[in-house]
Amino acid sequence: MIDLQTFNIIPVMPEIIMALMGMVLLIFAVSQGNKSYRIVSWYVVLTCITVGAILLRFPQGVSITFGGMFVTEPFAVFMKLLVLAGASLVLLMSITYMQREKIARFEYPILILFSTLGMMVMLSANDLISLYMGLELQSLPLYVLAAFNRDNLKSSEAGLKYFVLGALSSGLLLYGCSMVYGFAGTTNFIGLAEVFALEATPVAGVVVGLVFILVGLLFKISAVPFHMWSPDVYEGAPSSVTAFFAVVPKIAAIGLLIRVSMSAFGGIAEQWQQVLMLVAMGSMIVGSMAAIVQTNIKRLMAYSSIGHMGYALIGLTAASSAGVQGLLVYMMIYMFTTAGVFAIILLMVRKNMQVETIDDLAGLAQYKPLMALCMAVLMFSMAGIPPLAGFFGKLFVFQAAMAEGMYTLAIVGVLTSVIAAYYYLRIIKVMYFDSATEQLDNVEDSGSNFVMRASAFFAVVFITIAWPIVEAIHYAVDSLLFL
Amino acid sequence: MQIEVLAIGLPLLGAIIAGLFGRSITDRGAQFITCLFMIVAALISMKIFRDVAILGNDSVTIELFKWISSGTLDVAWSLRFDALSAVMLFVVNVVSASVHIYSVGYMSHDKCKARFMSYLSLFTFAMLMLVTSDNLLQLFFGWEGVGLASYLLIGFWNHKPSANKAAIKAFIVNRVGDFGLALGIMTIFVIFGSIQFDAIFSAAGDASNASFLFLGYEFHALSLACGLLFIGAMGKSAQLGLHTWLPDAMEGPTPVSALIHAATMVTAGVFLVARMSPLFEYAPMVQMAVTVVGALTALIAATIAVTQFDIKRVIAYSTMSQLGYMFFALGVSAYGAAMFHLFTHAFFKALLFLGAGSVIHAMSDEQDMRKMGGIWKKIPMTYIMMWIGNLALAGLPWFAGYYSKDLILEAAFADHSWFGEFAFWCGITAAFLTAFYSWRLLFMTFHGKSRADDKVIAHIHESPLVMQIPLAALATGALFAGVAFAPYFIGEHRIDFWQNSLFVLEHNDTIEAAHHAPSWVAQMPVFVAIIGIFLAYILYVVAKTIPTHIAKIFSPIHSLFFNKWYFDEIYDALIVRPLIALGRVFWKRGDEGVIDPLGPDGVSATVNVSSKTVGRMETGYIYHYAFAMLIGVVALLTLYLFKFYW
Repeated sequence: MIDLQTFNIIPVMPEIIMALMGMVLLIFAVSQGNKSYRIVSWYVVLTCITVGAILLRFPQGVSITFGGMFVTEPFAVFMKLLVLAGASLVLLMSITYMQREKIARFEYPILILFSTLGMMVMLSANDLISLYMGLELQSLPLYVLAAFNRDNLKSSEAGLKYFVLGALSSGLLLYGCSMVYGFAGTTNFIGLAEVFALEATPVAGVVVGLVFILVGLLFKISAVPFHMWSPDVYEGAPSSVTAFFAVVPKIAAIGLLIRVSMSAFGGIAEQWQQVLMLVAMGSMIVGSMAAIVQTNIKRLMAYSSIGHMGYALIGLTAASSAGVQGLLVYMMIYMFTTAGVFAIILLMVRKNMQVETIDDLAGLAQYKPLMALCMAVLMFSMAGIPPLAGFFGKLFVFQAAMAEGMYTLAIVGVLTSVIAAYYYLRIIKVMYFDSATEQLDNVEDSGSNFVMRASAFFAVVFITIAWPIVEAIHYAVDSLLFL
Repeated sequence: MQIEVLAIGLPLLGAIIAGLFGRSITDRGAQFITCLFMIVAALISMKIFRDVAILGNDSVTIELFKWISSGTLDVAWSLRFDALSAVMLFVVNVVSASVHIYSVGYMSHDKCKARFMSYLSLFTFAMLMLVTSDNLLQLFFGWEGVGLASYLLIGFWNHKPSANKAAIKAFIVNRVGDFGLALGIMTIFVIFGSIQFDAIFSAAGDASNASFLFLGYEFHALSLACGLLFIGAMGKSAQLGLHTWLPDAMEGPTPVSALIHAATMVTAGVFLVARMSPLFEYAPMVQMAVTVVGALTALIAATIAVTQFDIKRVIAYSTMSQLGYMFFALGVSAYGAAMFHLFTHAFFKALLFLGAGSVIHAMSDEQDMRKMGGIWKKIPMTYIMMWIGNLALAGLPWFAGYYSKDLILEAAFADHSWFGEFAFWCGITAAFLTAFYSWRLLFMTFHGKSRADDKVIAHIHESPLVMQIPLAALATGALFAGVAFAPYFIGEHRIDFWQNSLFVLEHNDTIEAAHHAPSWVAQMPVFVAIIGIFLAYILYVVAKTIPTHIAKIFSPIHSLFFNKWYFDEIYDALIVRPLIALGRVFWKRGDEGVIDPLGPDGVSATVNVSSKTVGRMETGYIYHYAFAMLIGVVALLTLYLFKFYW
């Protein structure tokens, strides 16, 4: 029987276009070899922009297809736009970088494209099956990307570590999925929601399964205690790949986490709030503590992003509309500012060699005032100093937590952001008050320079554009919660 | 906006302009603007004085805007113009305008003219806020404001360590008094539920028997409140006990001494007690204390002044002594007399200080009278001014001080109480000493052979016109303020003059009683003053060797007087050293020993250690990572199941 809804491919059009573009570009690139690296990269950026434009014109409201496996609504559109923007930004700043590092192979942009496609599938997943498919589609290219500089020992090690641990987490996730299916009798999110709407207290097995699923997703956003891979992988992988890791998959994983917990398992929020609360506190504490002794700026950013995921999870732990909105604001700000910081890390070149310790930034303000200023703005924003963007992210999630009476969480959040302020401010101190030993090179890299400036600009002007953004997010969240 | 507001607003505006934009409008501009504003303000306050006090129009209160409204506490920024504040406005603005103009000449060699003018105007503004307040909180604001301005101006020459020390000393000693004042205000709020003058005064009679419980002790409420207020007044007005800052304050530039430490700020305490007269009238115990403290201050300050050699210090102790007169007048309920003495004293004391400043200016910043002498021909104008000032100070007939001081002594006598009598005799002795040290000062400074070195003598010159004009203006006051205003302040018009701004219980009206005192009481002060002058003439002009002999023969007494009754040394031993020792204990043992290791240092060390621990968990071994993940899963599951089956 041909059901119209089953074969409605309109909601999937962006993903289909993306997949087709990926294959076309792959064939084209294989025929051209590595000299086509730049052109393929630009095509990928173009694809992302085109798909983004299509998504913007998407019909409002909820549409479900593929027999209930795939859903789009303003929430999914919003998250996909963020993912596409993140992927484009990372590609923009890495094109020249990959050439400098002599690893400019055409697979790089294409892997990013496929990974992004996987994330988009994740964000639209409405079934445990499509969830897993999307997750694997985004993960497999990431394993390859981590080891992209294959002649480098550290890079290979990073790829392998990520792969092994990623496989472990996938196993846990699948185990959880089977538990949930076994006890609830369905894999569909809407079906699950209906099941939990009927039962006040679920069977223990379902919740055990839920915990396993959550663990699989928490691994992707490197929340404590599933974070151990991230400092090693961040440090070992090529910096542009690290930037991608830090920015894009986290958005997708958070989006999926929101959908799973709020819509599929929204009925039993009390069961997972406790788990997320512990994970959020652990992430904030580890993220702020461990970063203090780091000397490598990429490692530092790894811990920083662990901490940021902790703050973001506060919003989800609140399990309220305001909390999810705060979380989305937080992720958006996190994405743009982190991209800017990594653009600066990519620009840290001395004598044609990438350098990555904090001391390499010494005295930056004296000879590259603009770069130092951008970095300072981004650091202040990450530390949550008003009136910069980062402050509002923290404000919204803390507000949401307070509204739900989660004072412990808010207090831990405030305390750890004080500790975290130390290492952000230390970078500023090194740039402005230490004297330069050797200067960094002037790098011809308009992509990174653009991202750096745009990001700092965003952090400064966010306060003026906050209102329409918050309105849009409000709209997106409403579409998810009142499915 | 009424024109009266300008009398208070212009000095503030001048202070802001000169202080913040001094660089862009240059020193000249700053001097011009502040002086102009002050002159206008002085003219306006003359008008207010005429309207409210002399013509007897009704008092006005102008509410500017709300300040605090919290529970039953309602406070507004407002300006109250009644006879009492009109008198103060007149004094403050006229003297301040004179000092502003004088400073243009006196500070001509200084580098920071704009800053100086700004501080002067700021001080004037704060003082005006103090006197025109219609509630205790705004009064406290002005009170602290003048304290701040005084600190800034005493330490104006901040390159001199002695100036900084004096500034800090003035500030700290004043804090003791301020503490009393603040407690007094709170007590009043507890008793009356308001700090608005009108509300307090109208309820004062009913509260006269109220009591105040504190830590199980029962106090007479109004005595407690007035006692605390009086402690505040003692600090600001340098009464015995809290006076040690005033002589040291002479480290500031001389115009500052004239404006703040002679004519205006130090009279704030007198003003406060006069303003609160409706309360003090119901607190006879405190009145007694005020009288005794005032009398002792008058006497002891005079004895110290006799032995000092620094020209400004002599005048400073003389100021303290005169403030003592004002206080014992307040103590015997002769508020009008105290205010009148405040009024006349402002003119002649400012005149004396500015005259001394003129001498110092002429003598190339020399202040030691032992190194002066015989300069009267070279600076005749200053010499004449100093004579006028001293005649007024000594209370010779028809000079300003004669009217006010005589009346104070008569009122003290007419109080017919033991402390009134005590104050009377202290006052008479002090009057004798006053005349003596004033002429000692004149003779040592202007007569005899010059004891300065040749370079200084060659440089002696009369002050410029810009310094002489204010002197002349103040001299006019010193000559005529007494005779012209006596009928209003203390004479037949006094009821219409003060209207309701002062309050005296009927049986306490000592001013009325003073007019019926025996005639020897009225003649006594003049008589002792003439003896004092004569004695000074003998000792310092005719037989100049005698003073050293006297000092040797009575050396214990002389050194007691010369060393200011050892107040500073006693305070140092009893209060300062123990406090420093205690502070050291708190610092070393408390702060560095306990708070630091537990607080900032301890926290940061803990963070550091835990940071390293967390970092060490990052071993790099993949099986450790996987193990951590699985432990995490197990932990979360256990937690969940535990909760589930509970």
